[in-house]
Amino acid sequence: MKEQENVKRRSGQRETILTVLKYIRKYWIYLALSIVMAALTVSLTLYLPILTGQVIDLLIDKGLVEFPGVFRILKKMAVAIAVTAAAQWIMNVCNNQMTYRIVQDVRNEAFRKIEILPLKYIDGHSHGEVVSRVIADVDQFADGLLMGFTQFFTGVITILGTLGFMLSVNVVVTGVVVLITPLSFLVAAFIAKKTYVMFRLQSETRGEQTALIEEMIGNQKVVQAFSHEDETMEAFDGINDRLKKCSLKAIFYSSLTNPATRFVNNLVYAGVAVTGALYAIRGGISIGQLSCFLTYANQYTKPFNEISGVVTELQNALACAARIFELIGEDAQIPDKENAKELGCVDGSVDLQHVYFSYVPDKKLITDFNLSVRAGQRVAIVGPTGCGKTTIINLLMRFYDVQKGAICVDGTDIRDVTRRSLRSNYGMVLQETWLKAGTIRDNIVMGRPDATDEEIIAAAKLSHAHSFIKRMPQGYDTVIGEDGGNLSQGQKQLLCITRVMLCLPPMLILDEATSSIDTRTEIRIQKAFATMMEGRTSFIVAHRLSTIREADVILVMKDGNVIEQGSHETLLEQGGFYATLYNSQFAPAT
Amino acid sequence: MGKLLIYLKHYKKETVLAPLFKMLEAGFELFVPLVMAAIIDRGIGGNDTLLVLRMGAVLVALGIIGLVCSITAQYFAAKAAVGFSAELKHALFAHIQGLSYTEIDTLGTSTMITRMTADINQVQNGVNMVLRLFLRSPFIVFGAMIMAFTIDVPAAFIFVVTIPLLSIVVFGIMILTMPLYKKVQAGLDSVLASTRENLTGARVIRAFNKEKEETDLFQKKNDDLAHMQLFVGKLSALTNPVTYVIVNAATIVLLYTGAVRVDEGTITQGQVVALVNYMSQILVELVKLANLIITITKALACANRIQSVFEISSSMEWVQDPDSAARKTEDYIVEFEHVCLAYAGAGAESLTDIDFHIKRGETVGIIGGTGSGKTSLVNMIPRFYDAVKGCVKVDGRDVREYVMEELRSKIRVVPQKAVLFQGTIRENLLWGSPDATDAELWKAIETAQAKEFVEQKEGKLDFHIAQEGRNLSGGQRQRLTIARALVGNPQILIMDDSASALDYATDAALRQAIHRMEGDTTVFIVSQRASTIRYADKIIVLDDGQMADIGTHDELLERCSVYQEIYYSQYPKDEGVSL
Repeated sequence: MKEQENVKRRSGQRETILTVLKYIRKYWIYLALSIVMAALTVSLTLYLPILTGQVIDLLIDKGLVEFPGVFRILKKMAVAIAVTAAAQWIMNVCNNQMTYRIVQDVRNEAFRKIEILPLKYIDGHSHGEVVSRVIADVDQFADGLLMGFTQFFTGVITILGTLGFMLSVNVVVTGVVVLITPLSFLVAAFIAKKTYVMFRLQSETRGEQTALIEEMIGNQKVVQAFSHEDETMEAFDGINDRLKKCSLKAIFYSSLTNPATRFVNNLVYAGVAVTGALYAIRGGISIGQLSCFLTYANQYTKPFNEISGVVTELQNALACAARIFELIGEDAQIPDKENAKELGCVDGSVDLQHVYFSYVPDKKLITDFNLSVRAGQRVAIVGPTGCGKTTIINLLMRFYDVQKGAICVDGTDIRDVTRRSLRSNYGMVLQETWLKAGTIRDNIVMGRPDATDEEIIAAAKLSHAHSFIKRMPQGYDTVIGEDGGNLSQGQKQLLCITRVMLCLPPMLILDEATSSIDTRTEIRIQKAFATMMEGRTSFIVAHRLSTIREADVILVMKDGNVIEQGSHETLLEQGGFYATLYNSQFAPAT
Repeated sequence: MGKLLIYLKHYKKETVLAPLFKMLEAGFELFVPLVMAAIIDRGIGGNDTLLVLRMGAVLVALGIIGLVCSITAQYFAAKAAVGFSAELKHALFAHIQGLSYTEIDTLGTSTMITRMTADINQVQNGVNMVLRLFLRSPFIVFGAMIMAFTIDVPAAFIFVVTIPLLSIVVFGIMILTMPLYKKVQAGLDSVLASTRENLTGARVIRAFNKEKEETDLFQKKNDDLAHMQLFVGKLSALTNPVTYVIVNAATIVLLYTGAVRVDEGTITQGQVVALVNYMSQILVELVKLANLIITITKALACANRIQSVFEISSSMEWVQDPDSAARKTEDYIVEFEHVCLAYAGAGAESLTDIDFHIKRGETVGIIGGTGSGKTSLVNMIPRFYDAVKGCVKVDGRDVREYVMEELRSKIRVVPQKAVLFQGTIRENLLWGSPDATDAELWKAIETAQAKEFVEQKEGKLDFHIAQEGRNLSGGQRQRLTIARALVGNPQILIMDDSASALDYATDAALRQAIHRMEGDTTVFIVSQRASTIRYADKIIVLDDGQMADIGTHDELLERCSVYQEIYYSQYPKDEGVSL
């Protein structure tokens, strides 16, 4: 079982890597250049200590310095330094180009996918999670995978180059380096393993504390109303104390890695110094070579540490890449049919024929639902909160497709027309008001970008939004923040209504939001709604008695199902759920 | 930041010892090149094997001492940093708890939560790193220079030139790029906002066929971001090559000077090697220092933000000692005497000249449009906000003369938002009266119309409520918050639109049950629904912060135009009578 999982994971990783390569291909020239420059940088960096050693060897004693030789080598060093610096810069720039361009491509593609994802996906996934895929995961992927790749590459060349040089000079001294160095990895690995548990405990405790903070500070008014501050403080201090203890452990033990590996490094250094010096006494190596050896010994462990760091980072980056590719690879909504017609301006008759629909396959929701709405009729959808009134909206707007049966507008199956033309025939005001960041005008003209100022103001007056917009600091050009920013719920609602008022399509979907707008504004909105609905087919999620009573058809919903359907009078006569619901409104308190 | 340092006061010893040991470690590190010079000059030069071995032992010894010092330093640094952050958290949490509603409103919850979590962590990290590194790096840089002076003065002057030059490059590039990185962050935030907006607004965007425009807009933002990143990248890509050139150019000069000095016989070969070693130590430490400064800048910014929360003090003062005067029971339990309320920073008054008197045991309905001041009015009874003019009296005494606990224990509030806390149903219900028995809890649950579903829950009173009450429905949550307020039979019960998630039938049953409750509980019911308050003893009608009228349903229907408008909007005239 576990093995199977492993195989699956590995093949998943291979797939991810292939996808990554696909993105890199476009920028292969940067990659190639970066690799060449990396090789150049590393080899020249390794060459420099050799040159330094050669100079030192020429500084024998008083009066014995051979200056022409010194100058010759110093000149060589200058050239090497210049070339290294140039190569390093080119490498950095190439890496940047490659990384940020790929990030850009991936993000663009992810966003395009978001725009065509079925709503089922958007409704079913936490938005924060999707956002974190597009933002955080892509960043991690870029840093880890691309930077990691170059580090890995230069690291390997450095190790090989150093080893090769050291071996060519002296095998025994090299042996000292190669034998003692692994100790530092063992120590680092040992510490990492030991501290893992402590870190997990720390992050768990920290999570616990954050949860408490969010809960108590988020609802501080309630805490104060019940004078519960002391108890809260006590609970907080309990966690805080535990966190202090486990944080200390985690931070202290993990901070041992550096001193410990540095100590091993010092041992290597001492070992090289002693064995090297002993060889030098016997004339085995020159002093310049010894100094070069010491430089190498000092930096020999660095690429190893980098590589081991890179491996974990690479794995992390691959996981991030997999998450973002999963989003990009997600099935898009069923595209419009190739021969899909443009739905012109409709008169607004809607037929639902034997419609079956459910969000989850094993939980039936709407079964064999039939409804015939003539042009200009009003349909009220009623039922207790959470009964699934939005399901009908989802189907009409084709946010979701029916599973069986068909929905026809003007006699045409809505799956045979383009979504664009279908949706532009509907005007929609939802209860969850949504506004984009931008000016008030931007928000109003969403449906008709070419509307003139006069038209905008006329629409705003009809929806009674004009008076409050006028009072805003910059009127129609006032910028509102993400999701309406500091507008009140009622004002947001009014803007959403204005938005529809401006285009007035032949069919309307309205959600009467009672709780957010004060009663008197609401009366005016009711009037605006009435103007809007004149001669238009309307579907209204209704809370208001008058709306319900004036509707041609009332759909009574419960638990996601349409359980009753008919006019106010017939439904009352039936004495079913609607009748109970209706009567309960008028139950006296005493 | 400065003021936050008092939270280190219990860790004075650690705060001093940590950098001290770090410096010791660095000091021992600086001896290594000198030992090496001895090995080269006297060991190799003098063919002295014994000296080489002895010096080797010295190197190992230096390593061990360095290890011990740095472990000690790490321990003290960690202890001080963690202890500091624990004390800071405690103090900040206590401070936030003591803020009144006015400050909570201005600060906003998400700000306070970020200060408590992310910001404090960042500061903790900063303190830790400063204690560990801030002295070590400069010490090595200048130590190396001083050591160079002990070897040879003219050669050491190369260090004197190189160190400022390197510092200018390292810190210069850092200073140049830092504001640019901030811009990059802003660009990233805007890309993030776009993504989130398109997820939350998917329905509207598709309804208006805006997918294409949104995609174009996103790509533009994304392109801008990439350009900015590339620009900053080009600049910071300079750091490594330029510093490499400086250090190695200095090495060349050093080698040349060394050659001259050796030829003159002033210094030895081994000392040249030592000088070169010192030179290479400088760069590593300068880069570390630059990274450290970034960490410190972040930590300082966070510390300042935290400090500014500390600087906000509660605008409300409470009487500390209970009034010893004898209490007589007043007829009027709640009185508003020409009360005005203005929120901090708001231009206009939210409540103007509110004046009414409520007798013990009465039921009071409060109705009015959104923003008419209903919630503001009831929030003044438990003194969540203070009146700017006039006074609020509970049981005949000005609320400002009460000790906080005494006033609030008389009053129980059911807030608009049904908030429950992680824990069992029992724990939640015991919030107001910790000593209540199970029988009392069940009574409250029954009154709140919650009995049916609580009995069905696994463990009943011991049923565990998840954070934010996520494992309960909206209606269930609301009924439990009502039950919580009912435990202990409060003298005053305030229900702030607390039945909105209940259907009409449950709402009606709830009102009947509360009406039947024992004792003289005075009930305030805030609602948008005329049906909810229709049978109250008194109805207060609010209109734009003013009290339009007060009276019974029948009186108001006859004389109050605002009430008529509200009522008839919900019950059309032709029906109202017949139903």
